Amino acid sequence: MSIHYKPGKEPHPREHRLIFKNIDRADWDNGIDCYLRDGGYAMLQKAIGMEKAAITGEVKASGLRGRGGAGFPTGVKWGFISPTNTKPVYLICNADESEPGTFKDRYILHQDPHQLIEGMAIAALAVGAKVAYIYIREEFPHAATICEKAIEEARQRGFLGKNILGKEGFDLEIFVHRGAGAYICGEETGLIESLEGKRPYPRIKPPYFPAALGLYMCPTIVNNVESLCHVVHILRMGGAEYAKLGKPNNTGTRILCVSGDVQKPGYYEIQVGHLTMGEVINDLCGGLKPGRTLKAIIPGGSSSKILKAGETYKIKRGAEVVEMGLEELPMDFDTMAAAGTMAGSGGVIIMDDSRDIAWVLNNLNTFYAHESCGQCTPCREGSLWMKKISDRIVAGQASPEDVTTLESVAYQIDGKTICAFGEACSWPTEAIISKFRDELTSHTRPELADTPKNPVTEKAMASL
Amino acid sequence: MMIPPALEAKADEYIGHYPPDRKRSAVLPLLHLLQHEFRFISDEAVEWVAQKLGIAKIDVLGVVTFYPGFRQTAPGKYHVRVCRTLSCAMAGSHQLMESLCAEADIDRSHADHHHPIAVSADGTFSIEFAECLASCGSGPVCMVEDDFYEKVDPTVEGARSLLNSYRHR
Repeated sequence: MSIHYKPGKEPHPREHRLIFKNIDRADWDNGIDCYLRDGGYAMLQKAIGMEKAAITGEVKASGLRGRGGAGFPTGVKWGFISPTNTKPVYLICNADESEPGTFKDRYILHQDPHQLIEGMAIAALAVGAKVAYIYIREEFPHAATICEKAIEEARQRGFLGKNILGKEGFDLEIFVHRGAGAYICGEETGLIESLEGKRPYPRIKPPYFPAALGLYMCPTIVNNVESLCHVVHILRMGGAEYAKLGKPNNTGTRILCVSGDVQKPGYYEIQVGHLTMGEVINDLCGGLKPGRTLKAIIPGGSSSKILKAGETYKIKRGAEVVEMGLEELPMDFDTMAAAGTMAGSGGVIIMDDSRDIAWVLNNLNTFYAHESCGQCTPCREGSLWMKKISDRIVAGQASPEDVTTLESVAYQIDGKTICAFGEACSWPTEAIISKFRDELTSHTRPELADTPKNPVTEKAMASL
Repeated sequence: MMIPPALEAKADEYIGHYPPDRKRSAVLPLLHLLQHEFRFISDEAVEWVAQKLGIAKIDVLGVVTFYPGFRQTAPGKYHVRVCRTLSCAMAGSHQLMESLCAEADIDRSHADHHHPIAVSADGTFSIEFAECLASCGSGPVCMVEDDFYEKVDPTVEGARSLLNSYRHR
């Protein structure tokens, strides 16, 4: 079988495509016949011949870590469903893709929905779910229609419905549920509240771990789109073989979404940890723009802590600890964690020396102020304070003390909220201040120290 | 407010996606149907959803006011959403916003967090900044109604060419 891609859309030679194998293929459409011609749903057939525990076992053996942002092992998550459970089990595909910098699930949903449905059917079989939902962000209206059509096609061919592929008792219905533009619905318990028809205020854990008390207080597994697609390939290759891709504890492939100041931004599926940050920029993305130098990188979605050009990091390589520069860092979960940030959702935002870091911070703070759900006081108030202070910094109406105040607000949110949004909104501020304090301070004016600062002026409001 | 029979049938179908004692789950799907039909969510629409699902009006209204995807006032004939977030901003989304406003004759000076939508003088277009539309590698991006555009030319000429394709429908 040969795969032809559309002109200009060929994968880079250093890519290793599993999940994105069919994205931008010239001879590909999102209908079920095309998927079946490509060997589609054979892995669902294979899964039907396996014990439930064996499917979960393969996913555990694969070492797959969730691709939505937290990087939690998918198989371990599945294993949290209590064997003595008697309530219905639900599977939810998190297709709320909304972490700034991330744009991978969009292409799967639009171009290869059956890969997702096959992955979901296998996952549902493994965890015992008879009803599953795909929670799609509202801004993907065509993806919702495409998935609904794909579900109907799958059901007509017997891949969904009752007694799937003749297996007695294996029933599964999948429904598309559209969100309505709220970032917090990407947080799994917020998503569940949203699916229950409520404001998506995240639930506190414990006790509301979805695997125990999820949708309708029933055991629920929430997986990212990309994670569920990996399940198909894990079954095809076998967990142990899949685990040979990437590197230990950082197995498989993942889709990097690169945006910002590079010549060729876009999506690149690589073996986890096989390329360094510098190779991603210079090989995959064609380098920085002419005459520019690297300033900073947000490596895993906007919530991940920024990395600054020129920094060095102490990274374990085998038994020894080596010092590495930013461009030498391999792109994997553990290295990013060791560098003080996270691989997150795979959204890599590159910034060159033309960028004003105060403007960058203000853009992010505006996002988080807009998206805080308002449930916890530190986040509801703090995210807006952070935006207002950075509005002033950008507008040249801040005093140097404002930078210190901004930092203290961030640390008063971090760790003090029900969900991880508190960290998501405060980490960018914490990291940017610790690494670019002088640049931020250069925007401030000492003579403003004793002047009242609110409300912000029209100029600052215009940046909304 | 007249509910077309096809909309009601679709609403009943959506309600069937959830367990019978969990009809409230259908609040988002029903609101989407109503907004699609009537362009915004009116008080009557809130009342209709509440009755249909057997829940209090305040529970529906609480959902409407939470989500940026729901509007409580009429937008223009064609509603435009420009991505505001970092990667698109780096690619020129603020220039795109200015160009679209200039070309569509929209005054955005009164837009704020609670009233994000500004409508053109003739009602043809309305516009708002949206947070990350998840196409960061091809910014600046925007949506006109349900149509998605990437790598949009952020100049006035680019904005004109985009809007003209709607004006001439």
